[in-house]
Amino acid sequence: MNSAADFTSQDSATRISVGEAITPESLGASSDPAPEETARYALLLGDDCLILAQRLGHWISRAPELEEDIALGNIALDLLGHARFLLTYAGSAWGKSEDDLAYFRSEEEFRSCRLVEQDNGDFAQTIARQLLFSFYTYELYQRLVDSADTTLAAVADKALKEVDYHQDHAAQWLFRLGGGTEESARRMQAGLEAVWPYLEELFADVEPTAALAQQGIAVLPSSLREPVLHRLRTTIEEAGLRVPEAKGALGADRSGRFSEHRGFILAEMQVLARQHPGATW
Amino acid sequence: MAKTDPTAAADHIPDGGVVIEDPADHSVWPLWEVFVRSARGLSHVHAGSLHAPDAAMALRNARDLYTRRNEGTSIWVIPAAEIVASDPDSKGGYFESAKGKAYRHATYYTQSEGVPHL
Amino acid sequence: MSNEKPDLRAVDTTHGSITEQAQAAADDARVGWEHFQQLMEEDKRVEPRDWMPEQYRKTLVRQVSQHAHSEIIGMQPEGNWISRAPSLKRKSVLMAKVQDEAGHGLYLYSAAETLGTSRDEMYQQLYTGKAKYSSIFNYPARTWADVGAIGWLVDGAAITNQVPLCRASYGPYGRAMVRVCKEESFHQRQGWEILYTLSHGTPAQKQMAQDAVDRTYGPALQMFGPPDADSPNSQQSMAWNIKRFSNDELRQRFVDMIVPQAEALGLTLPDPELKWNEERGHYDYSDLDWDEFFSVVKGNGPLNHQRLAHYRAARDNGAWVREAAAAYAAKQADSSRDSALLSA
Repeated sequence: MNSAADFTSQDSATRISVGEAITPESLGASSDPAPEETARYALLLGDDCLILAQRLGHWISRAPELEEDIALGNIALDLLGHARFLLTYAGSAWGKSEDDLAYFRSEEEFRSCRLVEQDNGDFAQTIARQLLFSFYTYELYQRLVDSADTTLAAVADKALKEVDYHQDHAAQWLFRLGGGTEESARRMQAGLEAVWPYLEELFADVEPTAALAQQGIAVLPSSLREPVLHRLRTTIEEAGLRVPEAKGALGADRSGRFSEHRGFILAEMQVLARQHPGATW
Repeated sequence: MAKTDPTAAADHIPDGGVVIEDPADHSVWPLWEVFVRSARGLSHVHAGSLHAPDAAMALRNARDLYTRRNEGTSIWVIPAAEIVASDPDSKGGYFESAKGKAYRHATYYTQSEGVPHL
Repeated sequence: MSNEKPDLRAVDTTHGSITEQAQAAADDARVGWEHFQQLMEEDKRVEPRDWMPEQYRKTLVRQVSQHAHSEIIGMQPEGNWISRAPSLKRKSVLMAKVQDEAGHGLYLYSAAETLGTSRDEMYQQLYTGKAKYSSIFNYPARTWADVGAIGWLVDGAAITNQVPLCRASYGPYGRAMVRVCKEESFHQRQGWEILYTLSHGTPAQKQMAQDAVDRTYGPALQMFGPPDADSPNSQQSMAWNIKRFSNDELRQRFVDMIVPQAEALGLTLPDPELKWNEERGHYDYSDLDWDEFFSVVKGNGPLNHQRLAHYRAARDNGAWVREAAAAYAAKQADSSRDSALLSA
């Protein structure tokens, strides 16, 4: 049989490689176990990424255009990667794997914010959610690279570069939908209004985050509020849209007690794994 | 949206083999050609094409589509309609002049064989 | 080899007299035709702007666009499992794989576009149900093991088909297939690995794997198309160096490959007649259910309607986004023209 390789050896534009970067597997093998509180913090950060990746994954085969199926897929894969780093590191404190934590924790044990739990809605609402979350994580990781915890710093370093692209993707679409047609501007505005009440939760000084921030391990959530809001306001106005005025929704404590979405998300995500406890896949 | 029989359009292949989109249809995104530099020191090489509404999105789509497996360090995108192409390969005359001129090549000069550094 | 005569329809009447033009066009076409024949005989590549017989162009547009449509519809059965993948590693792999399929569709649409058919026209054909795509995707991916069986058998069959297509006589198609084949190699392996893990897991997991293989085997073998005797287009495609091997040749090659692979998995293939034929040097296998195959092709498979509805919903829901981006680009172009005028 003729090998495809015969035709590609000289074609540099199709030369593929893995590229050097940290992976969840290498992180799991190399780092020291996380201290208890740090693990809880990593879990909280990881839950955000995991739930958003779960939401975004739904777009693949449903995006407005093929090129966008691929773009959203790349972002979802980045986020899933971040989740795997963080859950792997968190699990090292308790002898649990990333999958133990993703598939066998209950609704009450997750610490995801409600922003990432929101429905995809239409493409505009997804972009609005991406905009808020990517601007927040960009500011967060920019500070977390200086964390006293070297594993968190390494994860933040990798994630920061990827999130930089995510915020660009969201902003590009914000401009196009905001400045496209009347219909798209209306939908983009509605998308922003729909997710805005859940922005405030990202800045709540929950524990153990606040205590860890004192030790230079975590980033104090409330310290991100001004920089994130400032950049969001500027970008939204540049897109010709209005900055929503909605106040933060009550219950900004990541506990899950104030979310109706989380249970459905977990039910779908965990169903197969829970039907076969102890199985390997 | 175009509703014609696609095979009927085959008689009208414009330059570069590129289909010019119907300008009356405002939702169709134009075609872009993508060139990728796989490593520093190498030229950009044609990787393929894609559709995008504008240059900024074409560049991002190219990054997402053609460098998913670490294929590139730099990307060019060019509107396909902007490419100016020579006549088809089948009209051999255009490149005939370049054939048979062995004196343009170092191998034509054999006297110096064995002489160092020449 | 085609005996088709040069096509004289493409005559430009804007310059010179009609007879002069017609004569010049006829000369061009004759030169092009001879050149095309020579390329075929020497097994060289045809490039987009070369003269080519109309039937060659049509055959390619049909084959390449069907192939692209198959990738696009093929995202759905596996895509259903992204949200339920039973480990985060498998979720990453599956997401990357389904995303690759969008990419493969895109490469192939691009290749077909060089033949003069826009992607939008091809989308329309799929949208309206006029276009065909691989029948296998009209079957459901019911369990997680189907993700494994699709990777191993469906992608395996696709690769068997596609590797020779890297040498297809039409340059852009061959080049697209090179990229597709390079990326597909991970698809088949990850599928096999899923089945291997299931087969060596709990009894329930093994049962799940065997069930998926039982359901996927027949339709996967049918991916090579009808038997050679019932495949009238194949001969011409082979003469044109588009296809390199017949449907039955490729099917046999695939069966010979998967029998030992199934043994390595510890799973059985659902054909009691499957056995090594020393004389032929190949495995014998039973006739496939071609009535069912043609029934699915005609639109009566279990999920034809669902697959198309999913595709249409995505196109419909995205229409306002595509319009908005195009409108924004037009406004930006206008405003940059205005500012150029102002500064002039």
